[in-house]
Amino acid sequence: MSTLAIHNGRVIDPALGWDGIADVVIVDGKIARVGPNEGDMVVEADRIDATGLIVSPGFIDLQTHLREPGFKHQETINSGTLAAARGGFTTVCAMPGTIPPMDSRSAVESVLREAEESALIRVLPIGCITVGRNGERLAPAGELKSSGVVALTDDGKAVADPNLMRHALQYSTQFNIPIAQHPEDPSLVKGGQMHEGWVATRLGLRGRPASGEATMVARDIALAELTGAHLHVCNISTASSVGLIRAAKERSVNITTSVTPHHLNLTHESVAFNDSYEQINYRTNAKVEPPLREEEDIQSLVDALADGVIDAIASDHSPVSAMEKDIEFDLATPGISSIETAFALSMNLVHQGHLDISTLIHRMTIGPVKAWNLDRQEGCNGLGTLMPGAVGDVAIIDPNLEWTVNSELFASLGKNTPLNGRVLKGLVMKTIFSGEIVNDSTKEQTNASE
Amino acid sequence: MITESSNNQLEDMSNALPSSQWNHHNVLDLDNFSHTEITTVLSLADRMREILDRRIPRVPALRGYTIVNLFFEPSTRTRASFELAGKMLGADVISVSASTSSVQKGESLIDTVRTLRAMRADAIIIRHEMAGAPYLAASHTDASIINAGDGAHAHPTQALLDLYTMQRHVGDLKNKKVVMVGDIAHSRVARSDIWGLAKMGAHVVLCGPPTLLPRGLGIAERPEHAKNALPFVQIETDIDNALEDAHVVMALRLQSERQENGLLPSLREYAENYQVTSSRLVKAKSDYLLMHPGPKNEGIEIASDVARGDRSIIEEQVTNGVAVRMALLYLLSGRVEPAQIGERTIV
Repeated sequence: MSTLAIHNGRVIDPALGWDGIADVVIVDGKIARVGPNEGDMVVEADRIDATGLIVSPGFIDLQTHLREPGFKHQETINSGTLAAARGGFTTVCAMPGTIPPMDSRSAVESVLREAEESALIRVLPIGCITVGRNGERLAPAGELKSSGVVALTDDGKAVADPNLMRHALQYSTQFNIPIAQHPEDPSLVKGGQMHEGWVATRLGLRGRPASGEATMVARDIALAELTGAHLHVCNISTASSVGLIRAAKERSVNITTSVTPHHLNLTHESVAFNDSYEQINYRTNAKVEPPLREEEDIQSLVDALADGVIDAIASDHSPVSAMEKDIEFDLATPGISSIETAFALSMNLVHQGHLDISTLIHRMTIGPVKAWNLDRQEGCNGLGTLMPGAVGDVAIIDPNLEWTVNSELFASLGKNTPLNGRVLKGLVMKTIFSGEIVNDSTKEQTNASE
Repeated sequence: MITESSNNQLEDMSNALPSSQWNHHNVLDLDNFSHTEITTVLSLADRMREILDRRIPRVPALRGYTIVNLFFEPSTRTRASFELAGKMLGADVISVSASTSSVQKGESLIDTVRTLRAMRADAIIIRHEMAGAPYLAASHTDASIINAGDGAHAHPTQALLDLYTMQRHVGDLKNKKVVMVGDIAHSRVARSDIWGLAKMGAHVVLCGPPTLLPRGLGIAERPEHAKNALPFVQIETDIDNALEDAHVVMALRLQSERQENGLLPSLREYAENYQVTSSRLVKAKSDYLLMHPGPKNEGIEIASDVARGDRSIIEEQVTNGVAVRMALLYLLSGRVEPAQIGERTIV
């Protein structure tokens, strides 16, 4: 019997409405007891002193590109889950845009087998909506569901054909599985390299208009209404998406949504400028889809995150190799290696007073769990909470520690972040998965400032 | 014959410039050029223009300086202009036609640029179909990079030759009305001209159909905090309004693919609404200048009689292009002290 006692931290569990100094005791990989001085009762336990730190349920990520199989030069299940653990995550939902794509039982099972071997934390696979993510015919949703996928998405490619999308949604209802959609209309954003606006005009890059997102979100909401299916809109980035989803939720459409930490914090100016604004450049590490938008969009996204219109923060961790970024902007692969900075970057909103810490933790724990009903998955009892009997997944956080981002120190193989050199405030000190310490930043993360 | 000795041909020039300056290792765009730096280039271009007009337009000022034209996009005039500019100054110039397909085969722009530098290229002139490519090159080499056109982003040497040509005719560009007509959205010439003209204090008007105007240029479209946007310009979709009292009218090339991509109903409709014609030019100043960066489609964006008419300075733009590029190459070579530009000639 293994026992871990986390002493004297500020325990925040938004699902249970807890916020106070307490001990958390994990026995045999499950939460055993939470309460003041509970740790004192335990003999023969490994002990962690969490005085002055926040103790939260481990984070859950709805969108992580682990890249394996097919793109092991970008990330592997091992490196991606280590990176996730560094970021405080104990569960990641693996995006299906691999080679082969997750459109069959055999593909999903091979990922689950590899995860069994090499993952440091829980990996929940996501399946494809269409075969080969080609947007032409439906992938076998029933087969995928029974092999263990938690949602269906065509990853960075939205299902363009409205009739096919209607059928995907309609068909999904028998399995009670969310259909997650990239929010941009492929025709309106074709060839687009960044947000359409004054920065794109200055750089001479083709834009992806904000309306390219609004039209797709509006269409999908109408189809979700038609079919009653569960639509999840992935990484929304515009004020108009927020407005559409807010209105849909008000009329009880079955819809959930998530946003990335970078869309909550960075604007399209990050593509052209560094903090000094001295000289333009073409910063491919800020190239992402949907693109980074404008200040007004950020305000709207932050409001929606605070009031619950946005259910979850999802990292959309998209590691790519240096070769795929150190290249002409038009040729650069979009994406940000974001999972190791997801919490710290989101903490910006807390430090700026836009969000309270328990809301932030909610959107990274019980928020994503409830969005996709992940606690109904096998082995996910009490996921996203610290209730007795729940999985023993914990993140221990120093909310005020300042550190400088240096992606060379990332566990992820993807060093692609626009945040290099930026000072962030808030660091995950330890990550505990099923009662085991899988990340100890006091040992591993040498870039935390003293 | 080429004269090998240069020093003994130095002459004192009386029209010294008081505050010439030059602070560039690369020429990527005009956004980071000051008014004074532009003036420096234009003054030196004047000296170069004198050399061009000699019976034997050749001096050895850049002897031993190696220039590579690295063109990823077909080009006749810009490439020839750089090649001749280098040769007239006695530099060694070679031209390499690279294709983007070789890039996709794994030979990257970075590799190519580093390879050329390893062969001791001093300056690499890059034309590329993708915006920002010269910036990428510049961040991976210490050779001087000159942007000879990158996608829809910038064409700074064209802008400098435009400024030089305008200035020769109208003098100070401050408050002069310069109207560009045509496909602004896809035009790197327009973007660099906007920077250059704004720095010289000109009044810039852009005219074209809404589908060919880029977002975020007009004041109504630009958020207040967008301090780092392209300089303010006047946007017009009515060509008659645009041309009123214009000092300079520049027609931009319209590519037929704009019609294919659904941005225009037809070239014929474009010509009806936006072709620069003599009847429309009645609205402009009587001594207006007519320019075009070339290559032009006569009968589409510009009427033939206008293009060849007596207000057209299109051919002079081409000649001045060589002079301006000579000036830039000379400045980049570091063989001239900017402060001395007005004090002595090149040879």
